[in-house]
Amino acid sequence: MDFDLSEEQREFQRAVREFAEEVVAPRTEEYDRNEEFPLEVVQRMGDLGLFGLPFPSEYGGQDADLVTFCLALEEIARVDSSVAITLEAATGLAANAVFRFGTEEQKERWLVPMARGQVLGAFAVTEAGGGSDVRALRTTARPEDGEWVIDGAKAFITNAGTPLTKVAIVAAATAPGEISAVLVPTDVPGFTVGPPYRKIGWRASDTRELAFHGCRVPQGNLLGERGHGYAGLLEVLDEGRIAVAALATGLARGCLEESVKYAKERQAFGRPIGAFEALQFKIADMRVAVDASRLLYLRAAWLRDRGRPYKAEAAMAKLYSSEAAVSAAREAVQIHGGYGYIEEFPVARFYRDAKILEIGEGTSEIQRLVIARALGLPGTEL
Amino acid sequence: MVMDVVVLAKHVPDPQGTPELGEDFLLRREGVDGALDPGDEYPLEAALRITEYHGGEVTVVSMGPEPAMTAIRRALSMGAHRAVLITDPALRGADALVTARVLASAVRRQPFDLVLAGIESTDGYTGTLPMTVAELLGVPAATFARRVEVNDRIVRTERQTEEGYDVVECPLPAVVTVTAGATEPRYPTLKGIMQAKQKPVERLTAADLGLSPEELAPTQSVIAVEAAPQKAVGEIVQGDDAVTRVADFLAEAKVI
Repeated sequence: MDFDLSEEQREFQRAVREFAEEVVAPRTEEYDRNEEFPLEVVQRMGDLGLFGLPFPSEYGGQDADLVTFCLALEEIARVDSSVAITLEAATGLAANAVFRFGTEEQKERWLVPMARGQVLGAFAVTEAGGGSDVRALRTTARPEDGEWVIDGAKAFITNAGTPLTKVAIVAAATAPGEISAVLVPTDVPGFTVGPPYRKIGWRASDTRELAFHGCRVPQGNLLGERGHGYAGLLEVLDEGRIAVAALATGLARGCLEESVKYAKERQAFGRPIGAFEALQFKIADMRVAVDASRLLYLRAAWLRDRGRPYKAEAAMAKLYSSEAAVSAAREAVQIHGGYGYIEEFPVARFYRDAKILEIGEGTSEIQRLVIARALGLPGTEL
Repeated sequence: MVMDVVVLAKHVPDPQGTPELGEDFLLRREGVDGALDPGDEYPLEAALRITEYHGGEVTVVSMGPEPAMTAIRRALSMGAHRAVLITDPALRGADALVTARVLASAVRRQPFDLVLAGIESTDGYTGTLPMTVAELLGVPAATFARRVEVNDRIVRTERQTEEGYDVVECPLPAVVTVTAGATEPRYPTLKGIMQAKQKPVERLTAADLGLSPEELAPTQSVIAVEAAPQKAVGEIVQGDDAVTRVADFLAEAKVI
């Protein structure tokens, strides 16, 4: 048993923390208020190699394991969830799918610029008619004259319309009941990007609909084997759950740190409010939740890095940490009182940003189903 | 033109924390969290850009006890090519002059075109070391550079002044101190951190530098440390004639 990170992981964690405090945090409020994609911050993250963390250096990556990628996500999410999900969706989902299933040619064309943060991919699976029910997809990719012809629409797609988005990884039915993934460059005729959604939180993250009207791409744009889209994308989503757990841990830690600071400063009845047991207990519970969240995501990432089964552990980490983040944000606002309800302290933003963690990349209900299935409970079979 | 650039770097107690003094009034450097002096990241960034443009190598030279390796590793992670660390119990309590002698002797051991340093350290703040090193090396010093460019064996700097800047040029080799406004230091990438482990770090003692005990003896010592005096309570000017009284006061102080 060893709970220590390596010296290099600690040094890197420190560098990302400094980056988050010095580069991300000063711009967070403005991007959030304007619902603006944080292009400058994203480009700086590219310089720092964050978009290429989990990929080999031959593809412009940093050779990191999933543990290290998650540590970076936690540090970013501690100050800004919008920036963290931009990184997670671009790297953990889109680039990861190209890395895992792409041909050498596809990796050369797409993964290399993605790893450098010069190009963002949109991981386009969810549709308006269903999120977690991946097999109910209605988007189709039809073979015709040596090309794929894509028709359909995707909903709630992260990084769908940023200035850096150049390709979408589209899950589509290539035959009835047969799901495949296809790379669709954004400049293909018939590729339509919707306006940004107006969201409760994650306001600086770019989320839109995508529509495909007879989009034609070469046959060679099939990503992975035909018909393997369903299993492949689920694998990517399993890893994504660990990453989202790291993101949730970062948000909860932000809530904890802001609460401790405020409880020491704010005076009531002649004492700092942190001297009241009611607040001490809230904050103590928050600390436990942050640590438990971190231990859960680290274990899931550690299992994955060792090539061991991690599906249930990823679901547990995602479920627990997202619910812990929502609780931590609620309590952090409570501790800040009226000041927590206005955009004066970061906790109001944390409150708005937390809820989606229980929904995106598999709802809490789906996570519980995955955990129940791993226990072999009746009625949970696939 | 390939450039050999030396950066003088210092390991300082964590700039976020409160430094502690020992009974001998010397800063406690062992067993405390420390880091590369943030003021040294600017000359390092300038050095990296110069060698990225012209080719060549950046050598970091530092004096300090073993924990100073933290600062060296950070500099190597950011992209410096090699480092020299001078560690010696005899150097404990070294003053600015002794430190300059040690660093100058270490710099002289290899070819160098340019020595870059911060304006002053964030723990000692004497701000005299780089110029002393230049004197000992017998090369010109250009200070407070907010911009450094090298062209045809000439270093051209923009010296920050209160109104703007002066352009100062001098022939190489030279010592230049770099201000915090000059460059935005990069953050180490994971790859940089991994590569830093493989980079050469030469460890030297005072004896390796051939310095005599006399040269290592500090000529300055701290004999007492006192808390800074509390600011006297100001006077609050109230009433109808407040404006006149404030104006009179400012006139008396020759401010207006």
